[in-house]
Amino acid sequence: MNGVHDMGGMHGMGPIVEDKNEPVFHQEWEGRIFAMNRAMGAWGKWNLDASRHSKEVIPPAEYLRMSYYERWVAGLVELIVQSGLTTRAEIESGAPASGSVRSLPALTANKAVALVEKGVPARRSVNVAARFQVGQRVRARNMHPVGHTRLPRYARGKFGTIDRDHGVFVFPDTNAHFLGEKPQHVYSVRFGARELWGTQAGEKDSVYVDMWDDYLEPA
Amino acid sequence: MTTTRRDFLTAAAATAGAAMTPDVSQAHQHEHEHQHQAVPSDPALRVKSLESLLVEKGLVDRAALDALVDAYEHKIGPRNGARVVARAWADSGYKQRLLSDADAAIAEMGYGGLQGEHMVVVENSAKVHNLVVCTLCSCYPWPVLGLPPVWYKSAPYRSRAVIDPRGVLREFGLELPEDVEVRLWDSTAELRYLVLPERPAGTEGISEEALAALVTRDAMVGVAKVSVSKAGNAA
Repeated sequence: MNGVHDMGGMHGMGPIVEDKNEPVFHQEWEGRIFAMNRAMGAWGKWNLDASRHSKEVIPPAEYLRMSYYERWVAGLVELIVQSGLTTRAEIESGAPASGSVRSLPALTANKAVALVEKGVPARRSVNVAARFQVGQRVRARNMHPVGHTRLPRYARGKFGTIDRDHGVFVFPDTNAHFLGEKPQHVYSVRFGARELWGTQAGEKDSVYVDMWDDYLEPA
Repeated sequence: MTTTRRDFLTAAAATAGAAMTPDVSQAHQHEHEHQHQAVPSDPALRVKSLESLLVEKGLVDRAALDALVDAYEHKIGPRNGARVVARAWADSGYKQRLLSDADAAIAEMGYGGLQGEHMVVVENSAKVHNLVVCTLCSCYPWPVLGLPPVWYKSAPYRSRAVIDPRGVLREFGLELPEDVEVRLWDSTAELRYLVLPERPAGTEGISEEALAALVTRDAMVGVAKVSVSKAGNAA
């Protein structure tokens, strides 16, 4: 979707503010919502792509006004309500509905440690033919899906070169909407900075964007 | 339902303390503080309420939350990445493995896992400078750098790194000569990028541990160089 989250190339967002002695979490609740996202994800009701999309659908003005972890709160609430793990009334009241069944947590402390150490690979060992070869000139498709996509707007319609083939990965555009993993090759595509931004960009500079097969067409 | 959701979002957005790290400028943030002063709801309370609900429903184990917070507050952070960089500087064989198969080389050092499942290491030199961003969200190599700092996740960095990397670097105090090629990596997929900074002059013969102490998080994202004078700076 052409949301405000797709920020590459926008102006007017202000200076970059670096806090030299920044804590990992600024307030306790930030750590709690971070951890709750992982713990609730363990129920397998959604995936990483759906989780990213849950923040993209926050209306633009609210998205910009919120702090980073406030978006995580909003996103998690959407996911747990949509997946039926809780009702909105329960979230508003802070208490389980009367008669609701108590579950056993999907993620224990031991499993949490294993999750952190092992991760959740998005690469798939399935045999899918690559549509493009390293060194090939390609064009990023000029497409504007209303759902989740990882093709940034600034690259659409632009010409680049396949720099590296990363192998086969889950396709976020379908996976985010529970329409299947549609595994396909992901490439690092090199775009000349001037192809993207015109002569204001450095002549020798380039931007590398990781792109799925479905984002590309031969040039 | 839509109304309820918007109410929730508004409530979640309503409070803002100085440490709440907004995406918009400090000035705007200040305005919001005044606008919403009277609103009682704040994210700390909402998150607390959400946690007790999920615990009561048996959906979440508090010990699992504690373990996750502890891992990222105390165990995983940029010192891991600094050790990888120092090893690459000290051992050319390791450096070759790191550049050709980052996952395996990082695993040799005992690191890996969530949001570092598929790593790519890009090398800086006198002629090439690499810089990493995620314009779409906040993708970042957790096992080697920990969770990202606020500036990395903020709208100013996400919007500008890709269109004006040299300007962004200047803001971080790094002026690159025109003949240096800037390579900006937008981590839009599941690959996670670590910059291998240039080893500073004058560090010949010092121990790997001492080298690691020179390597900063910012240098491994690509917004700084490693310098000898910054020894001990953890940023």
